[in-house]
Order: sequence, then structure tokens, then C-alpha cells
Amino acid sequence: MKSALEKITSFIVVLVLPALVIYLTVFFALRKNEPLAIKIPLMSETIAKVDHSQFAILQQNFIDPRDVTAACLSCHNKRDDELMQSSHWLWEREVNIPGRGIVKIGKNNIHNNFCTGAQGNNGSCMRCHIGYGWEDKSFDFNNPNNIDCLVCHDKTDTYFKQKGYSGMPATAETANAEFKVPDYNYISQNVGYPDRDNCGVCHFYGGGGNNVKHGDLEEALFNTSRKVDVHMGTDGPNMVCIDCHKTEKHNITGRSYSVSADNTNRISCEGCHTDRPHRDYILDYHNHKVACQTCHIPVYAKVNATVMYWDWSKAGRRDENGNPIKEYDADHNYSYLSIKGRFVYDDNVKPDYVWFNGTADHFFTTDTVTTVPVQINTLYGDYRDADAKIWPVKIHRGRQAYDPETKQLLSVKVFAHNKGEGAFWEDLDWPEAIRHGMEYNERYWSGKYDFIDTEVTWPLNHMVSLKEETMSCKDCHSRNKSRLDGLTDFYLPGRDYNKWIDYSGFAIIILSLIGVIVHAVLRIF
Amino acid sequence: MKYKKQYLYSKFERFWHWTQMLLVMLLTFTGFEIHGNFEIMGFENSVRIHSAAAWSFMGLAVVSIFWMIVSKQYLNFIPTTTKLKEQLQYYTSGIFKGRPHPLHKTLYNKLNPLQRIVYAGLLILIFPVQIITGIAYMYYHYPENPIDADGLLLAVNAHTIGAFMVVAFIIVHVYMTTTGHSVSANVKAMISGYEKEPDTENSPEETISKNQ
Repeated sequence: MKSALEKITSFIVVLVLPALVIYLTVFFALRKNEPLAIKIPLMSETIAKVDHSQFAILQQNFIDPRDVTAACLSCHNKRDDELMQSSHWLWEREVNIPGRGIVKIGKNNIHNNFCTGAQGNNGSCMRCHIGYGWEDKSFDFNNPNNIDCLVCHDKTDTYFKQKGYSGMPATAETANAEFKVPDYNYISQNVGYPDRDNCGVCHFYGGGGNNVKHGDLEEALFNTSRKVDVHMGTDGPNMVCIDCHKTEKHNITGRSYSVSADNTNRISCEGCHTDRPHRDYILDYHNHKVACQTCHIPVYAKVNATVMYWDWSKAGRRDENGNPIKEYDADHNYSYLSIKGRFVYDDNVKPDYVWFNGTADHFFTTDTVTTVPVQINTLYGDYRDADAKIWPVKIHRGRQAYDPETKQLLSVKVFAHNKGEGAFWEDLDWPEAIRHGMEYNERYWSGKYDFIDTEVTWPLNHMVSLKEETMSCKDCHSRNKSRLDGLTDFYLPGRDYNKWIDYSGFAIIILSLIGVIVHAVLRIF
Repeated sequence: MKYKKQYLYSKFERFWHWTQMLLVMLLTFTGFEIHGNFEIMGFENSVRIHSAAAWSFMGLAVVSIFWMIVSKQYLNFIPTTTKLKEQLQYYTSGIFKGRPHPLHKTLYNKLNPLQRIVYAGLLILIFPVQIITGIAYMYYHYPENPIDADGLLLAVNAHTIGAFMVVAFIIVHVYMTTTGHSVSANVKAMISGYEKEPDTENSPEETISKNQ
């Protein structure tokens, strides 16, 4: 009897209780909390509606769109002051860049990796300026009537700036089959807050076509599903741009580091989701060093392809009849255009990853080439930077014209309405296009040109994936093909190990095994 | 030969030993998966189980340290060099010739001098290092901390070295269980609590146990 009791006791203390401890340990280890649910009011639910059709001033017979602006400002006074300080109007900002001091930075004085620069190509580029007719340097930035209210506030989807006219809509003289004179009464009587069409018409098509620039912003977002973008999906929260890009007094929050340099006026996921959205210690702790975007944007260009490579040096080739050439890849994206050069498009691209602390430098028109590829922008940050996080980026690579004597990138005139005005797109003549571009930008050119590799880095923020498609631990914490293989300034568990510790450790294990086996053999014989 | 049965391992000690065994196995297994040596449970599950098992291990350690002190069983873990030579001779030659164990276990002297040194080494060198570096691993691994430990590098390297030591210990320890009076005697003792000992008079160990 005593022996049976002792056996039961032994069974409990040796097997049942230890197994219970292990069971509870594993049970609590694998139990996960539901992530924090977010409910924020959308712009469309909160904004006060005004019936603009009742205003007499909007019944007038508008000829010039500037008169529409004057009518808007007659009620919405002082709004012009807000707008005329904005980067949408000025196309530049004053920022403090380490090593440069306080400088003005914007499309006036930095290069881009697409058509190289806006200045001198006003007819085409300034179509996306929120003004009317920035044709050349004579544009009056102090005339409030030059503000184009409608491009952002049109809710009828009938207002468009005409291609090639520096931001002007079609007039009686310029109207054609594609661009009609807008119905200003209809449009102005139906204005409202900007929706995705208003923002997207410029921000989806920058660089000369859909998804040329960003990779995560493109026309698919006009009408999309949660699978493409969990925020903007019409089958989901159906958020529009300004639901995240909160706007007060025409100051639109959010930064694109293709033109921005400082860590201000940004939007963060944490603003809505808090910094502990997973309600899970180890996942939330990642946020110290890993941007939300890194795991939640596992691929970009999920619908339409984006330009990964743009080689200007191949531009200018003509067919046997002397006509410009267009060639397409297997997915019907441009692979070659005589006017622009060679392209590589790609879709469902895995991002590159960089440390990024919210500050950046840019390649100014006055800068000289010191590294190849030339960094059109440089995102700052490293592991030891308390503000820096690992960020997913699109790196757009290019090859563009530079002056081998002054070592400066060249400003090229690409656009004109007519042949013979020096524009590359019309004449396919590099020296003339460079001469005109450099003259307009008041820059010295030695007369020589060559081509040089360039890179620009775009942080990714949009097209956040469904949580089921979020990256898994192994995407980074792995010895094979970790997505973070490029970031080597820190120890990453699962990816990194000390070779010598591992070799010595396994040697000790093997020696121990040999030792006990030899000992056992000796005991037996 | 006459045997005497004596009660060496209390219920708590047996619970402690086998729970610790399972936890160390779990920690070793998940730890090397996190280290990238193999993939079985998945990285995420391994991390979660490793962290939870670490807490269970630390909880068990606190309880058992308390128990050791109160029951004075900690005396078993104080290293000694008395009879160390004899113990070494036993394992390197006596065991092959069927000589008797130099140590006769008693309640307050269950561990031979070699075990005392190895277990004290584990308790002083390996476990505290694993616990401290493990906590650092979980909570102190970013460089903006007041004292920069070079990110994770110092903690992980120490933790990995400790893990290899633990594995080596397990191998030798498991083998040594077979060196009792019979191959299974030591394991049975750790299950039932009772150990059979050859009943010899004038046991040479009485002197040692009296000196403890």
C-alpha cells in the first residue's frame, strides 16, 4: 500500500507536474492578443457641406479660370495667404541640411532621376503646379488669382489642366478632342474637399506616366481593393488621401523624400495605430528600429509596374525612316522610347531596405559628382541613430547626362511645342537640348557631355498589405536570403552568428560525445 | 551483496529536476532554432516559446533556491577537493575494473566532488550568464540604452557560448547517469527518490559527510 502511494506520488512529481509546467509555458507562449482595432472619423463623415450652387457669384459667365479663383477668394479670403506659402505653390522649402546650412530646396534647384529637372520644361512639368500658366520665370507668384483652386477641389471629375500648357486648362484657343474648355459654373458650384482623383491626377502620374516615380502610388488606387491597399480599398475603410494627410489651413501633412529634407510635418502610422498596435510585446518592440512599413509593405507596384531603370544615354535612336521608335516589353510597358531612352519596368517588387531617420540630402544643380552612382538623394540614419528605423524603399536607378569637365549633372530641355526650339523630345539633339536647358537654368556648360549612373531612393508608405500578407519573421531572421542582408551594422538574430563561437561550440559537443562513447566502450569490454 | 535503501531525493527535488530538464531541453531546442541551425517549429514559435520557457526557468530557479536554502540542501553544491583525486581515479580507471564508488551518498552528501565542481560551475558561471544575457536579449538590446553593450553583440555571443556549454553538460550528465551501481540505478533514484547503496560497514565516506 505504501509502495503504491509512493509510486503515484513519484508519477505526479516526476511526470505530471513537470508536464503541466511545460504545457502552461507553451500555452502562454503561443497565445496571441488580437491587434488593436482603430476607428477614426473620415473626412467624408466630418466635413460640413455647403451648397455652392446657391452663390450668385458662381453663376457668372466665366471666361478665364483666374476669375473663378477671384470668386472663390471673395468668400474664402486669406486662404490665398496659406496657399502661397505652401510647397504646392512655391515648389521649394527652406530647410537646414547638415553641411549646407539653411537652404531653399525644391524643384528649382535639385535634380531628379526622371526628366532631370522641371525648370525649362515648364509647359510639360508645370502642368502639375497648383497655378495658372507658370510658363517661364515671369510667372507672378504674388498674384493670388494665379492659384488654381479647382484642380484640388473639383468634385465633378471634369476639370483638367491641359497637357503642355503650364498648368492652364483648355481655353477656346487651345481646346482639342482630348481637352475641352471646362464648364466653370458646373465645376465651381460643386466644389468640395479633395478626394483621391484630385491628388492622384498629379501624384500618380509624376515622371511622365502612371507609377513612373513612386512605385506605391498609382492609378490603381483610384478604385482599389483592400488586398492592394488596406486603407484605400473601397471594400474596406475606403479612405482618401487627406484622411491620413491631415490638412489644416492648406498645410498638407506628409513628406516625400524625393524633395524633402527635414523630419517635420510628417505622418506616422502610430498617429492612428499607437506605438503598440499589435498588443504583443515582441512585435511592438520592433517598432524602435523597424518602421511599420517594413513588414506591412512586403511588395510594391502590386497592380501596375513601376519604372526601376531609366537610361537616357540610349535615347535618340531613330528607325530607318528617321522616325522616333517606341518598343514595349512582354507586359506592354515601354522598354524603349527614342525621346526618353531605355526603360526597365517591374511589378510586385520586393523593396530595398535602408536606415532612415527622416532627414535627407539632395543633389543640387550646383553639386559636383563625387560618387558613382550619383546619389540624387541620400537618406540619413544608421543602427546607432536613435531616430532611425529600417525603412522599405524603392531605389530608382538611372543614367543621365553630365558634364565630364565640371562634373555636374546637366539640365536638359526636353519639352517644347515645336521642333527647332532645342527640345530633345522634338529634335533628339543632345547638345542643343543641353545648351537650352543650361541656359534657362543660368548654368555654365563646358560643351562636353557624357552619361553617368544615378540613383534615387523613395521611402515606401502606401499600398499597405492585408495582415495575412505581412512579412513573416523568417523574411529577415534567416541565414538564407534575409531581406536585410544589405544592413550589416548590427546583430540580427537568426541571420547572424559568430563563426568561431559556432565552430568551437560544435567541437565541444562532438568531443563530449566522443568522450562518453569511448568511456562506455571501455566499460563494456 | 547486501543493499540498503535510502531516501535521497525529496518530492520537490524530483519535481525540480525533471521540470528543469524539460525546460532546458525546450530552451536548447528553441534556442538553436532561433540561432538559425535548423528549422522545425518556425522562428516565431521558437522565439515565443524560448521567452516563455525562460520565465518558467527563472521562476523555478527562484523557488528552488529558496527551497535549497531552507532545507540546507545547498550544502550539496559547495565544491570540495576532498576525495577529488579518488573520484577522478574511479572514473578513469576504477570503473573499468569494477571497483566500488569512492563516495557513499547520504542526504547531505549526494554529490561526488566532481559533480560538486561541475554543478557549482553551472550555477555560478553558466545559468547566471544565460539569465542576464537572456534578459538583455529581450529587453536591453538597442544601442540608445544608457550603457551601450554594442547592441546585442555582447549578450548574444555570451548566450551562445553558454548554450553550447549546456549541451555539452547534458551529454556528459546523461551518460553519467549510467555509472551508478547499475546502469539505471541513478535514473531510478531520481524517479522514486530511493537509491540502493551497497551496505558496507566502515564506509570511507562517513568521514567526509561528518566534515560537511
